[in-house]
Amino acid sequence: MKKFAISAAALLVALPALAQEATEAVAEAAAPVAEAAAPVMDKGDVSWMMTSTVLVLFMTLPGLALFYGGLVRSKNMLSILMQTTLIACLIMVLWVVYGYSFTFGGSTSPYWGGTGKLFLSGVTADSMAATFSAGFVIPEFLFIAFQMTFAAITPALIIGAFAERVKFSAVLLFSALWVTLVYFPVAHMVWDVSGLIFVMGAIDFAGGTVVHINAGIAALVGCLVIGKRVGYGKENMAPHSMVMTMIGASMLWVGWFGFNVGSNLEANGGATLAMINTFLATAAATLVWSLLESVQRGKASMLGAASGMVTGLVAITPACGTVGPMGAIALGAIAVLACYFFVTVVKNKLKYDDSLDVFGIHGVGGIVGAVLTGVFSAGSLGGVKGEDYSIAAQLWIQIEAVAITLVWSGVISYLLYKLIDMTIGLRVDQDTERQGLDLAVHGEQAYHG
Amino acid sequence: MIIAAIKPYKLDEVREALTEIGVRGMMVTEIKGFGMQSGHTEIYRGAEYAVNFVPKMRLEIVVTDSLADTVVETITKTARTGKIGDGKIFVLDVASALRVRTGDVDDDAL
Repeated sequence: MKKFAISAAALLVALPALAQEATEAVAEAAAPVAEAAAPVMDKGDVSWMMTSTVLVLFMTLPGLALFYGGLVRSKNMLSILMQTTLIACLIMVLWVVYGYSFTFGGSTSPYWGGTGKLFLSGVTADSMAATFSAGFVIPEFLFIAFQMTFAAITPALIIGAFAERVKFSAVLLFSALWVTLVYFPVAHMVWDVSGLIFVMGAIDFAGGTVVHINAGIAALVGCLVIGKRVGYGKENMAPHSMVMTMIGASMLWVGWFGFNVGSNLEANGGATLAMINTFLATAAATLVWSLLESVQRGKASMLGAASGMVTGLVAITPACGTVGPMGAIALGAIAVLACYFFVTVVKNKLKYDDSLDVFGIHGVGGIVGAVLTGVFSAGSLGGVKGEDYSIAAQLWIQIEAVAITLVWSGVISYLLYKLIDMTIGLRVDQDTERQGLDLAVHGEQAYHG
Repeated sequence: MIIAAIKPYKLDEVREALTEIGVRGMMVTEIKGFGMQSGHTEIYRGAEYAVNFVPKMRLEIVVTDSLADTVVETITKTARTGKIGDGKIFVLDVASALRVRTGDVDDDAL
């Protein structure tokens, strides 16, 4: 669970981040304490969070860029690298202009954070943001930067669904509109103390709903609206470099420690639980995917292993702070069963062209992870939740959180795609698509010779 | 023998069409060349390079005389987009042919 109670300004002492069940009680207890003793900023926490922030950037650039890049044909390699790079940069700027305010601006609305911190107004190097431990804070700039990297990677995940055929300008416009109307509100709903889904008590430690389900459903809607690639099902569209894909997937794994472990906001025991879970779920998922492939096709492929890796990472994201190590292994393995079935059978039956299986991995893996978080968080299954924890009740809350995200992101994404299609157009013309986006759109080639 | 230079993305379509009319094999090479189609420019940090040779696929198909015209027709029909750069087709006589495995010669080798 992530709970942020951010100080409105340096003068206000940050409320401690609170266990959901005890939110009000602790808040009351902490208020007088906060007045008496100044909150502590621990340099160990600060160092770890600065490292985490950079690690999440590393996930996007170059991790995700290379992972996706290797999966397209060589004529579209640079278009993927460029889209990923520019989306990340665009969202970073939007984040400090209004994104942070819309998400964590201090409003008590369940849907958005208000306009209180537009242009980061009032934030100085002395401003502090709460962590999960009462009385411990980290600099607000650090919290802003950490959250910024999350906002930057999420729209970049979506582009895999309509890779190799989308207009560059349309990608950037969509990303800007999408973070504004989908990501910022959903992040507020899940992570802000006044957010709709937070108040319900859903567990999403590091962003399974906010990042992966959110991006996954937007990706699915996107590839349905845009349509299939020219020659889909007839021409050879095999990935051009499994080497790049393996490098990228491994970078994602490394960077994901910033994503999952950094979401603890402190360097302590809870962080190490998230760390070991991020190792184990991923390892188990990779093994299971390869095992399934060797049984079903007789050969275990690199793409299979890389897909298993990403599936495990996606699935453990919401759960990494509350499940135990054995639960993490089970969760990674189960998520792979779902994703493997989805991308090898369901997708082919439904005949839509999600170029890089964004929905099949991030959407399906995210949903399975979010739902199973409710199961494996239970103490009886190795999780951290105590005896008063009801699996059934939590499961229902998790499903509701998933459903809200699917509907919110799905509907608004659909409207945004339609709007862009009617104005500047979503798709390049056929000649451009045939020639490849690298030369036609960016005037460069990835490889010579 | 028919030598054809076609747009790379047309390869699969042409292959399918040729298989349908009974062609049982072909040789394919990725080539670069120029004809009426001009190349393109690539820009790297302000430095502009003209790329004069455009990528094509070269097909070499050896068939019996009776099939040759149909092959040419089929390639033309399938590879044509009507725009500059669709490619060219040349037809040559082949002196002899031999299948390495069996030693079959000429028409039997095809």
